[in-house]
Amino acid sequence: MYHRFDAIVVGAGGAGLMAALQLAQTPGISTAVISKLYPSRSHTGAAQGGIGAALGNLEEDHPEWHTFDTVKGGDYLVDQTAADVMCHEAVESVYELEHYGLPFSRTPDGKIAQRRFGGHTRNFGEAPVRRSCFAADRTGHMILQTLYQQCIKHEVNFYSEFQLLDLVFNDGVCCGIVALNIKDGEIHTFHAKAVLFATGGFGRAWKITSNALSNTGDGVAIAYRHGIPLEDMELYQFHPTGVYKLGILLTEGARGEGGILRNSEGERFTERYAPTLLDLAPRDMVSRFIYQEVREGRGINGGDFVHLDLTHLGAEVVEKKLPDLADFVRTYLGLDPVRELIPIQPTAHYAMGGIPTDIDGRVITGEHNTPLPGFYAAGECACVSVHGANRLGTNSLVDIVVFGRRAGRHMARYVQETGFTQLPQKPDLYAREQVGQLLARETGESAARIRSALQEEMMDKVSVVRSEEKLRAAQRTVRQLKEQYRHVAMQDRQTWYNSELHETMEVGYLLDLSESIIAGALAREESRGGHYREDYPTRDDVNFLRHTLVYDTPDGLQIRYKPVDLSKFEPKERKY
Amino acid sequence: MLIQCKVRRFNPTVDKKPYFSTYQVEAEPTDRVLDMLNTIKWELDGTLTYRRSCAHGVCGSDAMRINGRNRLACKVLVRDIGNKMTIEPMMGFTVLRDLVVDMEPFFEKYKAVKPYLINDNPAPVTERLQSPEELEAYDDTTKCILCAACTTACPPFWSNPDFVGPAALVNAHRFIFDSRDKAGAERADVISSREGVWRCRTVFNCTDACPRGIQVTNAMEEVKRKLLYDRA
Ligand SMILES: Cc1cc2nc3c(=O)[nH]c(=O)nc-3n(C[C@H](O)[C@H](O)[C@H](O)COP(=O)(O)OP(=O)(O)OC[C@H]3O[C@@H](n4cnc5c(N)ncnc54)[C@H](O)[C@@H]3O)c2cc1C
Ligand code: SF4
Ligand code: FES
Repeated sequence: MYHRFDAIVVGAGGAGLMAALQLAQTPGISTAVISKLYPSRSHTGAAQGGIGAALGNLEEDHPEWHTFDTVKGGDYLVDQTAADVMCHEAVESVYELEHYGLPFSRTPDGKIAQRRFGGHTRNFGEAPVRRSCFAADRTGHMILQTLYQQCIKHEVNFYSEFQLLDLVFNDGVCCGIVALNIKDGEIHTFHAKAVLFATGGFGRAWKITSNALSNTGDGVAIAYRHGIPLEDMELYQFHPTGVYKLGILLTEGARGEGGILRNSEGERFTERYAPTLLDLAPRDMVSRFIYQEVREGRGINGGDFVHLDLTHLGAEVVEKKLPDLADFVRTYLGLDPVRELIPIQPTAHYAMGGIPTDIDGRVITGEHNTPLPGFYAAGECACVSVHGANRLGTNSLVDIVVFGRRAGRHMARYVQETGFTQLPQKPDLYAREQVGQLLARETGESAARIRSALQEEMMDKVSVVRSEEKLRAAQRTVRQLKEQYRHVAMQDRQTWYNSELHETMEVGYLLDLSESIIAGALAREESRGGHYREDYPTRDDVNFLRHTLVYDTPDGLQIRYKPVDLSKFEPKERKY
Repeated sequence: MLIQCKVRRFNPTVDKKPYFSTYQVEAEPTDRVLDMLNTIKWELDGTLTYRRSCAHGVCGSDAMRINGRNRLACKVLVRDIGNKMTIEPMMGFTVLRDLVVDMEPFFEKYKAVKPYLINDNPAPVTERLQSPEELEAYDDTTKCILCAACTTACPPFWSNPDFVGPAALVNAHRFIFDSRDKAGAERADVISSREGVWRCRTVFNCTDACPRGIQVTNAMEEVKRKLLYDRA
């Protein structure tokens, strides 16, 4: 089926909905949102902690301070003009969310309440500052609901349970997408003047993750298959406190309230590694401390996990300030967090890298940041880059709202000034062939088995601590799995609501992305933020203070680099 | 432990009527029911069809009937159900395939109650003020994840599918009691219409079913009281 809209947004999480709202409020533009999930199921809804903005409601604060923290937190791999734009516009964006109806927690005088979060400081690193705006411990849920509600109010067209299959270009200009209606298996072509990808992250490349089953990086992989380079893919954040074996996130707020990490000897081991910040050292560091404890045999019962101890906080704090956390621990572990220790391990959490964009969400390629006309990206699938080598807590929600908004506004102007580019002949050919082959193949490899082998390997060799040896081994494994994937076969060969079909395609995306992550990790022979190489344990600004670009070319993967924007703050050692 | 799991199956494009498949599946007592469904799908039968995403009770994808009760498959553990399980789709919606039901009518009803802030006064430069007490008045109903467990556990909804249902009313409550909202009659008209809140018979099934612990019936009672009060 053929459709035509001025603008297409793929993805209905915070980034996609924010962009769609800008488009919907511009008269005379037709917009559609395509999403493989119903909008309210998007993983933005899982975010707990908060959204950072220098409102200064409880104490003095300034966007410049926020910028500094973002740059330092990202181990100086952040593009500083972009970070500055984000931190300044965070303020008006949070007010905009409030005006849309978001039920923020409040101060006694009725203003938006704010609290402390790791890495956010006053006056360029002096002391912690209250900057995180929150709605209890379900801030992401409230952002997602509020934006979806506003989209309903502004009558946005939704195509829910439509899975993106391909992006369409004609002569270098983006002119639409191809998507599968999951319900009946029909393939649709959406002709458009501009397309935004807001398809979220890809934590499901790893075995232990805080990410939803549907976070499989579809948009990132589809862009990559079109020859668009991916930026800084090796920079992936492992959050220290995931529920043991399940990966479900236990918010950093637990340590913010005074929670302590302990090893098998009951020792507060962060004292040895980070004597001042202790348990609240940056996420990448705390994840490495846990890794080290486990490696030295001080994991609980000799296993690969440690304990989060909240027992000294008392029932009042746990129940009132961390209600969702308490609920998760009771439901999934059968433990009472008020009296018992919680087994935790680092969990794959957030992609700093992704599709390269400028500050208006335009996808840019190459070392000279050349825009690709008509193609935009925002949110976790994009790399602006405002998170550099390690994202600060609360900064992803800022990113999706600020850059979703900027991208939507830029697109609105662009589609008003631009005509439709003709679709190429048979724009849906590749997608039809891909789906047709999968539905036809009777015997072959199982996608589920390939996926679990991939997740095990990525967890074991491409996670918190890396080395050339481990990365080379992982590279070989992924190549083998990719080969197996060429012969993947499904049991379900119906076209009607075939969920095995969309899962099988997701595995293909994860394989391609894993390959790019490993390539970037091998090339970055240093340690910076979330990327730690035990064979190169220090940061190397001379050779690696630059962004990695991985290209998928017919002759194999290619690595190139582009400079980091250092226009505001000079790189310093990252000490807390 | 070994689980005997019966799942109600139906693909309207090939099956004349629904039937049950029985699977013998190995699961840890601490596995989520969703993990067990995933094991079936990934190792035994790729055609088994259900929705899921977050796997920890925050996205609302996987409400279904497990041994006769509406639950999120990802928020209930195998050991809490036992080694014999019957899993069926939610009641009252059209089955698209197996455990997947057509959610379109559900979202249409949600939209019908105007689930968004209505306030045409120009917004201030900063936030609109709201005291913690004013927030408390509607805080509980902001937790809704639109899973439909309440609506599909509701006898008045089963007998009259036009009833907007508890989920839509929970979301109406969320705005009616928000001190910033100025909709007034615009929303009240929908809610007090024939298919609105008065169909509620305070059966409390909805409150029992809600995986977010929302006081669903109570919210509807508050809405009723407010309508009566405003009319008086
Ligand atoms: C447990 C958890 C807690 C977090 N807490 C915080 C926090 O406190 N503060 C903070 O700042 N950040 C937090 N984050 C990070 C933040 O929530 C995410 O990075 C952010 O919400 C991503 O938003 P998004 O709009 O980019 O993507 P998502 O919300 O993931 O949305 C992706 C959308 O793309 C659609 N999509 C994907 N693939 C396809 C396809 N093939 N076809 C069609 N549609 C597709 C999906 O349906 C979905 O609508 C947290 C993350 C997790 C996992
Ligand atoms: S009120 Fe509870 S049961 Fe009903 S839709 Fe919302 S979360 Fe689900
Ligand atoms: S999978 Fe999200 S609520 Fe169960």
